[in-house]
Amino acid sequence: MEFSFTLNGKTATVDVQADMPLLWVLRDVLDMKGTKYGCGATLCGACTVHVDGEARRSCRLAISEVAGAEITTVEGLSPDGSHPVQVAWQEIDVPQCGYCQAGQIMTVSALLAENPDPSDGQIDLAMSRNLCRCATYARIRQAVHRAAELATTPGSGAVTSGAAGDVGGRD
Amino acid sequence: MTANESFGSAPPERSSREAKALSRRRFLSVSALAGGGLLLGARFTRSSAHASTAAGAVDAEAALNAYIRITPDNVVTIIAQNPEIGQGVKTMLPMLIAEELDVSWDAVRVEQGDLDTDLYRGQFAGGSMATPMHYNSMRQMGAAGRAMLVAAAAERFGVPASELTTADGVVHHTESGRSATYGELATSAAALEAPSPRDVQLKDPKDFKIIGTSKPGVDNRAIVTGKPLYGIDVTVEGMKYAVFQKCPVFGGRVASADLDSVRRLAGVTHAFVVEGGANPLEGLQSGVAIVADSWWQAEQARRQLQVEWDEGPTAAQSSATFAAQAEALSKQAPQRSLRADGDVEAALSGAAKVIEAAYSYPFLAHASLEPMNCTAHFSNGKLELWAPTQTPQGARKECADLLGISESDVTLHLTRMGGGFGRRLYNDPVQEAARIAKEVPFPVKLLWTREDDMRHDLYRPAGFHYLKGGVDADGNVVAWRDHFVSFGEGANFSSSAAMTPVEFPQGFIGSFALDASLMPLGVPTGALRAPTSNAIAFVIQSFLDELAHAAGKDPLELRLELLDRAIAAGTRTQMDAKRMRGVLASVGERAGWGRTELPEGTGMGVAFHFSHRGYFAEVVKASVTQRGRVTVDQIWVVGDVGSQIINPVNAINQVQGAALDGLGEALHQEITYEAGRTKESNFHNFKLLDISEAPPVDVHFLITDNQPTGLGEPALPPVPPALCNAIFQVTGKRVRSLPLSQHDLSWG
Repeated sequence: MEFSFTLNGKTATVDVQADMPLLWVLRDVLDMKGTKYGCGATLCGACTVHVDGEARRSCRLAISEVAGAEITTVEGLSPDGSHPVQVAWQEIDVPQCGYCQAGQIMTVSALLAENPDPSDGQIDLAMSRNLCRCATYARIRQAVHRAAELATTPGSGAVTSGAAGDVGGRD
Repeated sequence: MTANESFGSAPPERSSREAKALSRRRFLSVSALAGGGLLLGARFTRSSAHASTAAGAVDAEAALNAYIRITPDNVVTIIAQNPEIGQGVKTMLPMLIAEELDVSWDAVRVEQGDLDTDLYRGQFAGGSMATPMHYNSMRQMGAAGRAMLVAAAAERFGVPASELTTADGVVHHTESGRSATYGELATSAAALEAPSPRDVQLKDPKDFKIIGTSKPGVDNRAIVTGKPLYGIDVTVEGMKYAVFQKCPVFGGRVASADLDSVRRLAGVTHAFVVEGGANPLEGLQSGVAIVADSWWQAEQARRQLQVEWDEGPTAAQSSATFAAQAEALSKQAPQRSLRADGDVEAALSGAAKVIEAAYSYPFLAHASLEPMNCTAHFSNGKLELWAPTQTPQGARKECADLLGISESDVTLHLTRMGGGFGRRLYNDPVQEAARIAKEVPFPVKLLWTREDDMRHDLYRPAGFHYLKGGVDADGNVVAWRDHFVSFGEGANFSSSAAMTPVEFPQGFIGSFALDASLMPLGVPTGALRAPTSNAIAFVIQSFLDELAHAAGKDPLELRLELLDRAIAAGTRTQMDAKRMRGVLASVGERAGWGRTELPEGTGMGVAFHFSHRGYFAEVVKASVTQRGRVTVDQIWVVGDVGSQIINPVNAINQVQGAALDGLGEALHQEITYEAGRTKESNFHNFKLLDISEAPPVDVHFLITDNQPTGLGEPALPPVPPALCNAIFQVTGKRVRSLPLSQHDLSWG
């Protein structure tokens, strides 16, 4: 069956089984490898993407459920890696193996769009279902604060959970 | 910051890189040093400056040796030779080269090397070995490259090399004011004879500009922008996808399978039975391979697959039967003695107080977040692998043997890995991919589900320790006996199920005995981050705490006394007592041990452990509610890994991660078996630590005059015992088995 949706600001159409999870449509049909498979059971958060601005697990989200939706993946968070969360993640040197970080970044960017200056407690609450096997948690907290700071500094990118096109509008 | 390519993705990019590689005539001389270890002298007979790539463009890079290429506009490419599993080696090894080459780190591009045993030595990730193995050899490669550039400048300027200096990729002749960039010199430098690494001058550490400064990971940008990097991300033109169904019972075999029904399902191109190898627990296992146009289709087809299994001899084993056997063995005379110092029986009967305790720890899974996978292409008798493996050399040999081809017909591309933790030391997934690729006329990517990953691991083995210790009237520990009940056949311990007979406190207590009894095991076991240490530190440092309390001594004081006595006596063991005393005293200071007023319900515990050449002492501050809920408030870590922290920003990350890994194991983790099967299947019943449970981890390094050593592992082992010692302080309950989730810790 054919399904169309907006992916990182552009229309995407795929011809797949209706129950195929968005994760596998992204990875294997559209060849966008940024969104990761970790558990296939919405337990780890490695597959987190934005669906209409909300952080969702793509591993159990059937493509039929997102037809017509606006989807943003880590590849579309910014055109050039300049989203404050992406900048903060590099600056703080958060990753160890890095495998969970796309999911962490997608959850954080959705959090900051709602709550521009979260406390540690609010970060823990929002992030507790994004597992990091390397346990880079201290740096995740630190980088969330740094991203919040970058987002409110004049001249730096605004935080948005929207697609690349929206982010491109910052200046 | 450095730019990095992803690899193993688009075939055209690959082929051009291969063409580049082939265009160079490379030679490598390897000489063994008197002190062991290898000295690498890689050189190229000529520059590749005029070689053409497959695309026809001029490849203007000049190669100084197997690790360094420089373009005329001064872009320096450094090859990272080791597998990156998150330990930071892809950044750290090139830092060592760049330092001695004397280039600006910002001008460096890092490229992952493929497996190449002609060019490189020690291409593996394990044992926290990269630093001790390569700290000097990588610096020598950089210094050799610098010497060639200086020699080329000397020739060009007509001055002696001794009058030249270098900085940031430029050679200067101060007297004449002349200078030349490395890029300008690279082609002529590459034509020179490479100096012997032995003869090159290394920098005085006080002149370091890169080593000892914080360099964020070279792949960070690719990670945060979602570029393909990992094994699971590999795309090869025309590839299809595979799943592999093995018997849920270890060593079980396919008796029959309804392949025809599966072959009719959407997208499925192949379904076939694979015979297992000779070892029922390791390497290639019997199973059913399903290949499809997409991985999702292959996985959907597997859910329809009907297989009859011959479950084999281990179908009756369970965690409960192991525990019962251990209990029975503990009551018998030990099967053998591993170590006997002094007279333990006499010391125990003469002791003022004797403590007896039974400790145990469970099986554990590795649970790397990127599940096992491998991409393989078998064509015209040659195998190409894109393998997330910690041991690429082993993978190549195993696959060559499996397919009956020569190792020279196997090409292995290393991919970044979403964690290793020891799981990827074992190449069963690589063998599966190679075996499946042999059956199909296209490249194939094999991917395990999380459930496959958790149920077909090589687990950290459980273990059981029956301890007896004695303290004299002055509160000195005078006797220690451990009857270690573990797994194995005859005198052979199962993989990763042994402990060294010279493990602390051997040598520190006059009367010491380590005995062992083994029971058979039908479960694959292997190394998990800080193997052996991750388990026995819990036993040793917890029991030591029990003895301290029996002696009426402060647990930290008793440890310092033990170390001091050994230092005074000049005792020599594998562990340097002075170095351990240094970190122990320091962590006590930093944590405010004995000086901090703790509220009711909060306690501190201390532990230390020597492993992987690293000295670590740690304090855990934890709170336990009266209903038994544990919160870890803070962890203090002091480590001694020698004279140099190479990349501080990553060193701290590694230590914090290792400490929290130990915390997750202690709080939550256990793998159990029922009817020969692993019960746990995913992160709901094998829990990883989450951010809300992660306390701050204070990290401090003591810089000592010793060779720099590795950091991936040694910070982990002290955490579980330090935590349990803190819990005892609050609750009076001594935790003698892990994980904590199985204990009622209510008090008051």
